Amino acid sequence: MIRFDEVTKVYRGNARPALNAVDLEILAGEFVFLVGASGSGKSSFLRLVLKEERPTSGQIHVLGQDLGRISSRKVPYFRRNLGVVFQDFRLLPNKTVFDNVAFTLQVIGKSKGFIHEAVPDALATVGLDGKGGRFPHELSGGEQQRVAIARAVVNKPSILLADEPTGNLDPATSDGIMTLLQRINANGTTVVMATHDVGIVDRLQRRVVELVGGRIVRDERGGSYTQAVPLVREQSFGPAEVTP
Amino acid sequence: MRLGLVLSEVGQGLRRNLSMVVSVVLVTFISLTFVGTAILLQSQITQMKTYWFDRAQVAVYFCTDFTTAGSCDQQAATDDQIAAVEAQLQSATLAPFIDAYYFEDQELAFQNFQDQFAGNAIASLVTPELMTEAFWVNLVDPEQSQILSDALAGLAGVESVVDQRSYLDQIFAILNASSLTAVGIAALMLVAAALLIATTIRLSAFSRRRELGIMRLVGASNRFIQTPFVLEGVVAALLGSLLAGGAVIAIVHFFVQGYLTQTLPGTSFVTVNDALIVAPVLLVAGGLLAAIASNVAISRYLRV
Ligand SMILES: Nc1ncnc2c1ncn2[C@@H]1O[C@H](COP(=O)(O)OP(=O)(O)O)[C@@H](O)[C@H]1O
Ligand SMILES: [Mg+2]
Repeated sequence: MIRFDEVTKVYRGNARPALNAVDLEILAGEFVFLVGASGSGKSSFLRLVLKEERPTSGQIHVLGQDLGRISSRKVPYFRRNLGVVFQDFRLLPNKTVFDNVAFTLQVIGKSKGFIHEAVPDALATVGLDGKGGRFPHELSGGEQQRVAIARAVVNKPSILLADEPTGNLDPATSDGIMTLLQRINANGTTVVMATHDVGIVDRLQRRVVELVGGRIVRDERGGSYTQAVPLVREQSFGPAEVTP
Repeated sequence: MRLGLVLSEVGQGLRRNLSMVVSVVLVTFISLTFVGTAILLQSQITQMKTYWFDRAQVAVYFCTDFTTAGSCDQQAATDDQIAAVEAQLQSATLAPFIDAYYFEDQELAFQNFQDQFAGNAIASLVTPELMTEAFWVNLVDPEQSQILSDALAGLAGVESVVDQRSYLDQIFAILNASSLTAVGIAALMLVAAALLIATTIRLSAFSRRRELGIMRLVGASNRFIQTPFVLEGVVAALLGSLLAGGAVIAIVHFFVQGYLTQTLPGTSFVTVNDALIVAPVLLVAGGLLAAIASNVAISRYLRV
């Protein structure tokens, strides 16, 4: 589904790589947490998957396509298979909830008929039935993020990328969003979520990929935010002092 | 592609940037008016050149009883002298350069003079004896008048050999200079127009950067994203081009046909028909300029 082979990303004017020789494979249907401190390269990883950035070296395959071989004219069509959600929602303030979600379909040329079926469907999925006529500023943060998720999944993407989707939300609201993301994942969408929300990662017990300074230092199935064993690279073998 | 959506985006863009759009309209209007004027001036010059150069001849003037110039000594050229010149014109050396020639005797010259100055007081003052006799020579290549001048100027009874194109050359030099000035101004104005269009589109894109970001994210095709902006620039420029086309037609109708033709009868001027050909050219030029400028301006937002 997503495969990184020795991917390094160095931004111009920044000597230290944002991602350093990253090797990673994410399979269809997985739910993966990308964890790590600010600046560890989580967003860079997601942007590379979206082909918003090019890797400095290495190869990226997404949905069976070599991203290095997709011409820039084809990139939009490639992106239609991906949904994206951000910490700051990125809704259009002058459009209603319905229109925000419909916009996605309009700009990729879907018919009116299709839009009028798909948008209410997506709004129902995220639990916003009957709120299609509201404007973003009339909604709570959690509701706005649900609109953003509805927009991301309305075209039934195979992969949903979420960059700290709960970063602006309180814990209770975050739980609601996580339940929603799990439901979307259960329906077959691969979900990759960057976060540094310890509670959420610990509770869900999903695959955890940890980045430190652009390197993968841990890739654990059913893991928690903090690792069970100390870092091999930074500490010599010794008693496991770190609490699970 | 959904036409309705695109058009409503274009409308929004135009309204949102009204003052910039107005300046685009005005700048394209003025620049294309210069372009149109330059084109018409060029065609006027070409038209006049063809007209005059076809008629322009080399005159071989003969001495009269009153002339002292050249080899003349107040002695009219004799028939023998005239025959000698004609023999030269027919000789193997000169004949290949000559298309046609005719002799204008005093009677004919007098007639031509009377025709040219009909109604003028001077016409009643001249008599046939005052007129200068001449050979009027049409050259195969009008550039080669020097050959004729070299061969004939020194002959007895010849006052002078005059290439009439030398008079015309001065006039055309002035006309050409003004036409080049118009072209130069037009070029500068077109650069200004292109930059202004690019800036306007960039502003428009900036004010819609949120939508643009989302469009790119959800996979709107580049063409879909580009089209409203390009159309926005093109619509504004086409408005300006329409005004320029109208202005050019008005200039020809009121100034050239209404004023110049009355003032300088006998000269053929560009007509409204010529302007009607130029107007669509301006329209296409304005549209193309805007399409290219907005395309370049917006492509920055489409880079992946
Ligand atoms: N557009 C950019 N230009 C230059 N450096 C960048 C850019 N984006 C990110 N970086 C750098 O790359 C590193 C990783 O950033 P990022 O991927 O945003 O990490 P995270 O999302 O984990 O906080 C950081 O050092 C950051 O400063
Ligand atoms: Mg980030």
